[in-house]
Amino acid sequence: MSVTTSNPVPAQGEFARFAARFAEDRVAVFGLVLLFVIVAMALLAPFISPQNPYDLGKVDIMDSRQPPGAKAGDGFAMLLGSDGMGRDLFSSILYGLRISLTVGVLSGVLAATLGLVLGLIAAYAGGRIETLIMRIVDLQLSLPSVLVALILVALLGKGIDKIILALVVVQWAYYARTVRGSALVERRKEYVEAARSLGLSHARTVFRHILPNCLAPVIVIATVQTAHAISLEATLSFLGVGLPQTEPSLGVLIANGFQYMLSGKYWISFFPGLALLLTIVAINLVGDRLRDVLNPRLEK
Amino acid sequence: MLAFVIRRLAQAFFVVVAMVVLVFFGTYVIGDPVWMMVPGDATQEQVEEVRRTFGFDQPVYMQFLTFLGDVLRGEFGRSYVHGSSAIGLILDRMPATLELALAALVLAIVIGLPLGLFAGLKPDHPASRGIMAVSILGFSLPTFWVGLMLIMLFSVMLGWLPATGRGPTMVILGIETSLFSLEGWRHLFLPALNLALLKISLVIRLTRSGAREASLQDYVKFARAKGLSPRRIIGVHILKNIMIPIVTVLGLEFGSLVAFSVVTETIFAWPGMGKLLLEAIQRLDRPLIVGYVMVVVLLFVTINLIVDILYSALDPRVRLTGSQS
Repeated sequence: MSVTTSNPVPAQGEFARFAARFAEDRVAVFGLVLLFVIVAMALLAPFISPQNPYDLGKVDIMDSRQPPGAKAGDGFAMLLGSDGMGRDLFSSILYGLRISLTVGVLSGVLAATLGLVLGLIAAYAGGRIETLIMRIVDLQLSLPSVLVALILVALLGKGIDKIILALVVVQWAYYARTVRGSALVERRKEYVEAARSLGLSHARTVFRHILPNCLAPVIVIATVQTAHAISLEATLSFLGVGLPQTEPSLGVLIANGFQYMLSGKYWISFFPGLALLLTIVAINLVGDRLRDVLNPRLEK
Repeated sequence: MLAFVIRRLAQAFFVVVAMVVLVFFGTYVIGDPVWMMVPGDATQEQVEEVRRTFGFDQPVYMQFLTFLGDVLRGEFGRSYVHGSSAIGLILDRMPATLELALAALVLAIVIGLPLGLFAGLKPDHPASRGIMAVSILGFSLPTFWVGLMLIMLFSVMLGWLPATGRGPTMVILGIETSLFSLEGWRHLFLPALNLALLKISLVIRLTRSGAREASLQDYVKFARAKGLSPRRIIGVHILKNIMIPIVTVLGLEFGSLVAFSVVTETIFAWPGMGKLLLEAIQRLDRPLIVGYVMVVVLLFVTINLIVDILYSALDPRVRLTGSQS
């Protein structure tokens, strides 16, 4: 490539420096490790969970509502107890994590893509297009996400695809606003002029040259937003307007335990919530550190 | 100033119009509402009659104009489930929600401000680190789960506070409220604390960064050099200056408290309009959903408008940057 300043791939040494700066904060490293463990456990759920909680042949109703540590009929110890249907809670949580993470990540990626494209178009095109896009962004951001999501699921109905759509609608504006902000700065820089005078098309200039230079803040937003999406999905599912019982995410598990809560069987809601909390905390810790490391104003 | 107010009013008007259009096309065009009103075994004639009665046989623009007229008159039809006027139901439930949101706002200030001030003035104190850790946790904790844990701890295990409902209410100045009895406060405390949690974290962060910044300013140094007591410096000089952003943010957050009360009200069976909305969503009660959305949007736009105008009166820079964009 002739325009080296817009090279998006950092050199090896640059990444090592980035990693070293990230590692300066022990708490953030702990968050990263925790996040890796959580993702690995979710991915490996079928191999490491003691029971497939959705295989009716494996679940025994006689095991229902057992406290943490009780022995199941099959002989294995139910570390975190069991739910009202006799499912091992630890296994349910591992499977639930998969669904929660999938919904969070998928909606995050889609929202980021949509927000990136619209934000870049707004910054690059300017004029009426920019005004239109940014007015929609303002409108969206002036309403709280939980309300927008509730209204959307009210209109769209239940189902994993509809929840993802609702979460995308809730999130995209944050990306669009952030990307537009950095793209407006980048657009005036010389390398953009250079790219244009080399005769590169608008699309190529925007996506190959401006975009890579706007990614740092997007990465930070992406961590925060993914955590937010996971939490929001759990909230909607808990309220009974999110995922159906056939897609038992952590929120659905917590909702199922709610009815047993008042009789003192706390673990059915407590442990899935703890898993949700740890996931969100881990993502936020990583995101917080990324913000510090990627912020050029804080560079030593 | 006048130009700013007019521009801001136009903007607010635009938001309301946009929401009316969105809500109309959202509810009236996606899916046919007639099928939710007729029984499953209705004949074709009955379906057509319902369609005519509610005006769904009209062309889209006519329906939109009718809808617009309804909105202007504050009329959203009768709730399918309750059978009475949707707007009446919502307004009936509104005091309970506002009471909850207001109590949460007060809790956020009463708890968040002193903690944030302490953390900002003594940033190296171990307790400050603890406060900041708690505030990060507060941002991460899913509200609904914390609600469950509060019920678990205070109602089931300790038995100190009731877990559900609003308790006895009294009618004061025509508004039903539970603020004037001990039993009412006992019912209010847990849901209000639950709702306030996020805002407590927010207030801690805002106050801390404000206090850190302010304590380095020249006027604080000067006050100290003059020999004023630390209590007076903090209470008068620092607090006064950091209150502006905090009050602004909290004003804007009041709307989000009302929206988030949907979650809290459901957990604690608090009879507010959030719980009403959720029941309406589950039963596809359109007039109620539309009515709720319009009421909340109006509430939001009004709050934002008031806060913006107040803020621009306090800080002229806001007006100036507004006119450039």
